[in-house]
Order: sequence, then C-alpha cells, then structure tokens
Amino acid sequence: MKKDMYILGIETSCDETAASIVKNGTEIISNVVASQIVSQKRFGGVVPEIASRHHVEQITLVIEEALLDAGMKPADLDAVAVTEGPGLVGALLIGINAAKAFAFANSLPIIGVHHIAGHIYANELMQRMEFPLLALIVSGGHTELVLMGAHGSFKLIGETRDDAAGEAYDKVARVLGLPYPGGPEIDKLAAGSDAEIKFPRAWLEPGSYDFSFSGLKSSVINYKHNLDQRGEEINPAHVAAGFQASVVEVLTTKALRAAKEYNVKQVIAAGGVAANRGLRASLEKAFQEKGIPFYVPPISLCTDNAAMIAAAGSAMFTEGVRGTLAMNGKPGMPLISWNTEK
Amino acid sequence: MIWLGIDTANTPLSVAIVKDGVLLVEENSGMAINHSLRAMPAIEELLTKAELKPSDIDAIAVSEGPGSYTGVRIGVTIAKTLAWTLDKPLVGISSLRALAMDALFFDGLICPIVDARRGNVYAGVYRYDNGKLISIYEDGHYSLEDIMKFLEQDDNQVLFVGKDTVMHEGEISERLGQQAVIAPLHFNLPRASALIHAAIQSEQESDVHTFVPQYRRIAEAEANWLKGQGKDKSRE
Repeated sequence: MKKDMYILGIETSCDETAASIVKNGTEIISNVVASQIVSQKRFGGVVPEIASRHHVEQITLVIEEALLDAGMKPADLDAVAVTEGPGLVGALLIGINAAKAFAFANSLPIIGVHHIAGHIYANELMQRMEFPLLALIVSGGHTELVLMGAHGSFKLIGETRDDAAGEAYDKVARVLGLPYPGGPEIDKLAAGSDAEIKFPRAWLEPGSYDFSFSGLKSSVINYKHNLDQRGEEINPAHVAAGFQASVVEVLTTKALRAAKEYNVKQVIAAGGVAANRGLRASLEKAFQEKGIPFYVPPISLCTDNAAMIAAAGSAMFTEGVRGTLAMNGKPGMPLISWNTEK
Repeated sequence: MIWLGIDTANTPLSVAIVKDGVLLVEENSGMAINHSLRAMPAIEELLTKAELKPSDIDAIAVSEGPGSYTGVRIGVTIAKTLAWTLDKPLVGISSLRALAMDALFFDGLICPIVDARRGNVYAGVYRYDNGKLISIYEDGHYSLEDIMKFLEQDDNQVLFVGKDTVMHEGEISERLGQQAVIAPLHFNLPRASALIHAAIQSEQESDVHTFVPQYRRIAEAEANWLKGQGKDKSRE
C-alpha cells in the first residue's frame, strides 16, 4: 500500500501568517491562519513593514499550532512547502526563512510554491481537478485567466492591464468611505441595493481575455465628483451595486467565452475576490446554464491560507520538484509550469 | 555545550559554532549579499565543517538588532524557528553590543555605529569594566549630532567601530579631534563568536515564541498613525 504523504504549508505573502498540514494533497489535517486585519485596518490597507513585523511575532506559534491541531511531530511530515512569491518581499522572507530553518532542523525537503498556484490548488482540497481546466484568479493583487492542460501546467491566457479586481474594490470602497477591506463591504451594500448606477464595462479589443479596471474606478470617482459639485449626496448602495455589476459581468463573460473556446472540462475560481457572493452567484448561474462544471472553494479557502500552499506543494513534491536553502523571496515571481510535458 | 551564533542585522553576515568554549568555525562576510540567499546555506556548511548535525546544537545566540529591518528579521526568524523546533534556548544580543565586544582592551569609550541614512545612525556607547561590557548610552536610532554631543561631555577617548564609521569619519574627527579613534578594518564586522560569548555571559534566556527584533524605531506608518491619534510616541 502506498504510504500517505503529509506536507506542511507556510504562507506569509501578505497580511496573513498561516500554516497547515495537508494529507495526500487533498485532505486538510490542520489549517491555522493568524490575521493582521485588526492592526492593518488602522492604516486603511496593508503596510508592508507592519505586515513583516507581525509575521515575526506569529510565525513559530502558527506552525506549532498547525502541528498540535494535527497531533503530529515534524518527523511525521514528508516536506515543507512555502510561498516563494509573488507578494510583499519582506513578508515572504519570514515564511521562507522559517520554512528553511524548520526543514533543515528536521531533515525535510523544501518546496517553493507560487501563490497563485496555491489559490488554484485550493480546489484540490474540495474535489479532483479535471483537465483541460480554466482557472479564474481574482484577488487584491491578481486578475488572471489560466488554462491548465495537466497538473503543474499553466498557460496564462488573460490578465489585468492595470488594477487587479480586488484593488479596484478597495479603491472604490475608500471613495465610498467604507472600511478596509472594501470588497466584502461593497458586496454587502450591492446585495441590499434596490437600484444600480450604470458604469462602463471594459471589454478591450475583440477576442481579448485581458482585463482593465482602472477606467471603471475613474468613472466611479468622476460620478461622485460630479454629484459633489452639484451639492448632491451619492447613494453608496447604488454605486456599489453598479460597480460590482460591471466587474462581475466582465469577469463572467470572459471566463465563459474562454471556457467554450478551449473546451474545458472544468472551470474553477480562486483568490480573495472569489469570496465575493455576487461574483460567485453570477459564475455559478452562467456555467450551470452552459452545462460546464464550475467550482469555487469555500470562502475560508479563497482568502490567503496555507492549506492551498500545502496542496500545490503536494502536487510539486509528487513531481520531484525541490527547492534549496538558498531560496529567496520573489515579489514578482511569474507563474511557471513545473510540468512542461503537457 | 554547542552554540550556534547568527548575525544578519546589517549588510555583514556572521555565523559561528562554539563548542565547550572553543570557536570551531566562523564565517564572516562584508559582502552585500541578500541574507536569505546566504544565511541558511552558511549555517548548513558550518555544521558540516564542524562535523555536527542540527540536533547537536545546544543553544542559539542571535543578533536582535538594531539594523536593517529585513536583515535582522531574517536572522531572528531563522534563530527562533531553530530554537523552537530543536527545543533549545535562545539568547538575543544587541547588534551594537556585538560590534563593541571585540574592543575588550580599549581603555575608554566604545561607540559602535551603523548608518541609518539622512544623518542618522543606530548607535550606543559602551565601556569595559572588569571584563564586562557596560552600556552607558542606550542603543537607539539617533542623529549623529546627539551622539557627538554626548561624547563631547566626556574626557575619555572614544573608539568608533563598525564598517559604516568611515561614512561619518569627517564629522567625527571635526567634532572630537584627538578624542576619537577609528577602529582598524578587522574590528568592523560583527562576529557571531563574540555574540556567543556575550550570550554565555548574559545568562538571560529569551522566550522563543515571543522573541522579536529590537528595531529601536517605530515603523513610519505606525508613527504617523499615532500622531493622528494625538499620542506621538515616535523616537524621531
């Protein structure tokens, strides 16, 4: 009988200090996340230096809790997987150096995982991925359509040319005077709104799978500015609903068109903005109508976590991918396939 | 008793292994190489050279800063993770004290300096008293001017140590003249073996989980936030 594989995942790319143990790449044994949201709220966004300081305070506690929750010792593990990039470099370096020291002390191999590969592999924790597969990644730092022909094979078919979707959410939330993080606030306001302001959709040139959200953000700012000049009050719910409708329609339409063009067996959504209820509902409805299987992980696995890093790390470990003790943080790391055969 | 010492608080890297009071191996480098690329490989190489396994380590000494925020965090993260997973004691030592350690036989004041840009330095003032290094001006983030004012009140000679001293040599000799002594080059890199010696003397074990760098400076965003709250605690 094949021996079970246990991978420890560590994630510190932004403002969550996280560690998790995953069995055979599919089953969460423990999943610990220490969020800095309370601290970072003071600044209206993530301050890199503050994030790094919090990671140092939390890192060993979080790893220890992941082991205790799992009832496991370091010797029970097969490898350590850690987010190598992209992200805030000072923040990445805490997870990476803790992972290296832990792996070295316990004679374990280390694997450097791409943060977005992690978000995609969060789906393996829910159901088996089937290929070809289309992944829509939407977060505070990313808006991408990735085509996968097999495990570890990534082809970028579309990405944002300016702001990431989550970035646009945060900026618009600030314009509306909503607290940080803005995404859930706009989602909530939009859901309860009885009307929506019509904002433009950025389709870009015909056939393009790229995205652009900075024009939309500017229209919202201009709209508010015009009302301010006339001395009129804006209705934040109507603006939130209009903004969200534009983002959701563009993301849904492009994902649907790509899924049909590439004849995929499965579509998955991943990343923090995939926690958005309006977007989830729109994608679910659109793919159900076309009979294409669509999956999105539960919200706790959409936001940053280490279980997804352990899941991607498991797939890499199986393929023989290994990192070294000289691993460095890669803030602009590209999503490169580890499986180049397919 | 086997000690591992780690200093990545500033540009230089120093890693050492001391066994039963004997320095077995040490790597000292003043090269500007990212510590994440070099620190763990250096620790692995040193243990191999010393014919030891990670589990042979009995205690860890680490430079806790002040210095480069990212640099000091790399050393501290490695040290606290090793100490926690190997279940061994951890001792944090000031990066400035580590620099001053080598000046044992200097009869006067010792002023370790690390440049902090815009006319500022991380510095402290120390003096040897019966073989013990005593801090007489607390480690901190100061303008060079503050340090000069303090030293001008004293009649003793002052030895300046640290590789950044050269950046401020002009102002130092202008202000202190013959009172100032600039350390020779081999005093200017922190040595992890000195860190270990200081750790053995200090007999003060740190709590591993809550161990954090001594930044000696509040983060800029935090300082601004406190100002906005009307509780300005910044050390600026």
